[in-house]
Amino acid sequence: MQITVGPNQFFWDAASWRDFYARLADEAPVDRVVLGELVCSKRLPFYQAEIPGAVERLQAAGKAVAMTSLALITLKRERTLTAELAATGLEVEVNDLTALAHLPPGAAFSVGPLVNVYNEGTLGWLAARGARRICLPPELPPEPLALLAAQSPVPVEVWGWGRLPLAISARCYHARLHDRAKDSCQFVCDVDPDGRAVDTLDGQRFLAVNGVQTLSAACASAARALPRLREAGIAALRLSPQAEGFVAVCRLFRDLADGRIDAAEFDARARPLAPGGAFCDGFLTGAAGVAWSGA
Amino acid sequence: MFGHAPEIPVFPRPLALGLRLGPAEPLGLPLTLIARRLIARHPSLISRLGEHAAARFAIDPTDLPLCLLLHPHPTRTRITVHRTAPEADARIAGPLAALLGLVHGVYDGDALFFSRDLVIEGDTAAALALRNAIDDAELDLGAEIAALAGPFRPALDPLIALAQRTTGVALTRADDARIPGEGLA
Amino acid sequence: MMELVCPAGTPAALRAAVEAGAHAVYCGFADETNARNFPGLNFSRPELAEGVAFAHRHGAKVLVAINTFPQAGRQALWHRAVADAEAAGADAVILADLGLVAHTAEQHPGLRRHLSVQAAAANPDIINFYAEAFGVKRVVLPRVLTVAEITAINREIDAETEVFVFGGLCVMAEGRCSLSSYATGRSPNMNGVCSPPSHVVYAEEGDTLAARLGGFTIQKSARGAPAPYPTLCKGCFVSEGTTGYVFEDPASLDASDLIPALARAGVTALKIEGRQRSRAYVKEVVRSFRAAVEAVAAGRPVPAGQLARLSEGQAATTGAYAKTWR
Repeated sequence: MQITVGPNQFFWDAASWRDFYARLADEAPVDRVVLGELVCSKRLPFYQAEIPGAVERLQAAGKAVAMTSLALITLKRERTLTAELAATGLEVEVNDLTALAHLPPGAAFSVGPLVNVYNEGTLGWLAARGARRICLPPELPPEPLALLAAQSPVPVEVWGWGRLPLAISARCYHARLHDRAKDSCQFVCDVDPDGRAVDTLDGQRFLAVNGVQTLSAACASAARALPRLREAGIAALRLSPQAEGFVAVCRLFRDLADGRIDAAEFDARARPLAPGGAFCDGFLTGAAGVAWSGA
Repeated sequence: MFGHAPEIPVFPRPLALGLRLGPAEPLGLPLTLIARRLIARHPSLISRLGEHAAARFAIDPTDLPLCLLLHPHPTRTRITVHRTAPEADARIAGPLAALLGLVHGVYDGDALFFSRDLVIEGDTAAALALRNAIDDAELDLGAEIAALAGPFRPALDPLIALAQRTTGVALTRADDARIPGEGLA
Repeated sequence: MMELVCPAGTPAALRAAVEAGAHAVYCGFADETNARNFPGLNFSRPELAEGVAFAHRHGAKVLVAINTFPQAGRQALWHRAVADAEAAGADAVILADLGLVAHTAEQHPGLRRHLSVQAAAANPDIINFYAEAFGVKRVVLPRVLTVAEITAINREIDAETEVFVFGGLCVMAEGRCSLSSYATGRSPNMNGVCSPPSHVVYAEEGDTLAARLGGFTIQKSARGAPAPYPTLCKGCFVSEGTTGYVFEDPASLDASDLIPALARAGVTALKIEGRQRSRAYVKEVVRSFRAAVEAVAAGRPVPAGQLARLSEGQAATTGAYAKTWR
């Protein structure tokens, strides 16, 4: 079982960003790293200069590297950015199909979890177009997941760890919560490096917002589902970056995948590291996404 | 008309009090007959219920001292009338005028629901299925009741119209925009 | 004149929409192939054929929404829906799934293809991609764009655009939202339902009515106060001590005042949301909007009073069309 690190969903300052990828390169037992800006194009200038160095360091450490597209491309500058991404020569992870329109035939690309790959038809079309790897949408239930993994001509990945990306909007919820317009947001999402909690009126932990993105409050974990995923032929687990303790999470997953620890031990050791302090794995068991099989 | 509380008339109290005097149960028989007749002519009333076809619906006109219990069935639909709310899978409650207005396409269910003129309890999905099935059937209860009366219909029609005017309750279908001859194309 | 595309959840609503002046009606089959898979709604095969015949007799078109994402292992259901829509004489199918669009282009080249709002095609590059690769003729634009952005898109594309002008409003990019399945296990993309009624529970607690979805409290309102349906993204939540509608107020979209601007932006068709609404609602809204598009086509202003009445007492918004919304 391979381990892929997905693109960071949050807004961190350049120094934290650089340190995160440096540690990932030097210390984390992972096979692939996808980096770049997924959620908001306004964040990119703050750390863009750090990207080449991070790519180099990760590649030197033997890790495969890909660059993500934005999750929602609407503005002219975002389209230009997407075209430039396709021209870097690095593998592009498509998280908005718009990126496909900019990829010349034969260019290396993979498909991220925010593209709607729900069935054989779509998966087959993307593979025929040249997709080298496909990360399935997190909400996909276990039966379709197994079916697609069995039929896919390319490696299939599933969401393994982290707050689930549940929705993307044109509206910025961080700006809205701070009574600011999106265009004058003053980058307030940087105060919540793992997202800002959204609870119900009865105090139930429910969601988290991250700029224009809405995430689960609970941290998804595929640890308990791992034997079934392996049996289904899933090639890789995707771990989503978090501000603290991420290298430890990567090591725990490596140990779990290699049989050095079991799921119970994983849960006990990983729980203190989980953003939001709670686990969910309902999507992987066919229940509501928020459900946790270890409850 | 939509999105805010429509001015829904309340059933005149003296008439409601009158209903309290007699026994309610005998009303079940004519209502059952009307319902069976409606379903025979509009089988989609049952097919649209889908997985909710066996649900029991309490229809509760809140301005009347009685409550109907509907057991839908393709041929053996039953309606019983109760003094107190019977046990049911879904309860739809509101002023009689709102309930009849829904049947006759005068009101929009969502709007009544948002404004709390309509209350749904229990199996919300079943109640929605019933509402949508009834909306599609384009029922006209006044015409059905009059049709039951056979030769007395010419005498009943003006009475229904009069009752509608005096109570404000929609007793017939409100489809003024219909094109003659298009019926159930 | 701009084309008015109107919702029909039932054959009765279809007839009501056509009679009230709809240029086109959109509807779907009674299963999970369409994004309004609600109890008691939608069309059987014979009902669709009858509906198409009725609409065509009155000079109106029927567009069939097959706009959920086919489930792996069950694609045949979606393929059959496309074939049956063509057989029923549908004027177009409205599709969201990349694989289904490709299948339709290949197997039903003569059937006009529209791209659903669920496909979230939000810029000229992706729209041109769908037009070139699959011959898509019209794109229903996602409700994340401003009028200025729509104008810019229309200048760069070789397809018609259709935009929502009235009814329910999604705040998230549609077809890319898993909030409902996170809370209930049922999603718009897979099951054609959002915040499904089967998972809604109302509870009277003292003087308040609590509405819960999948066990999560979405709303609390005072007894007797208006109670919006507990759609997840329009719920009242708490974030670090701030209580409010974090995502969107329980408002509905009304862009009637923007019809002239949308016409100038090059938009071909205006869409009214509401396949779950009654035939009474459909008739009223369609009639008003038909008068509005006729007025705009004749160079007259939108008859304001008439349309304002429809959302009276309920908050209305122009949503993402105004940049300030974001």
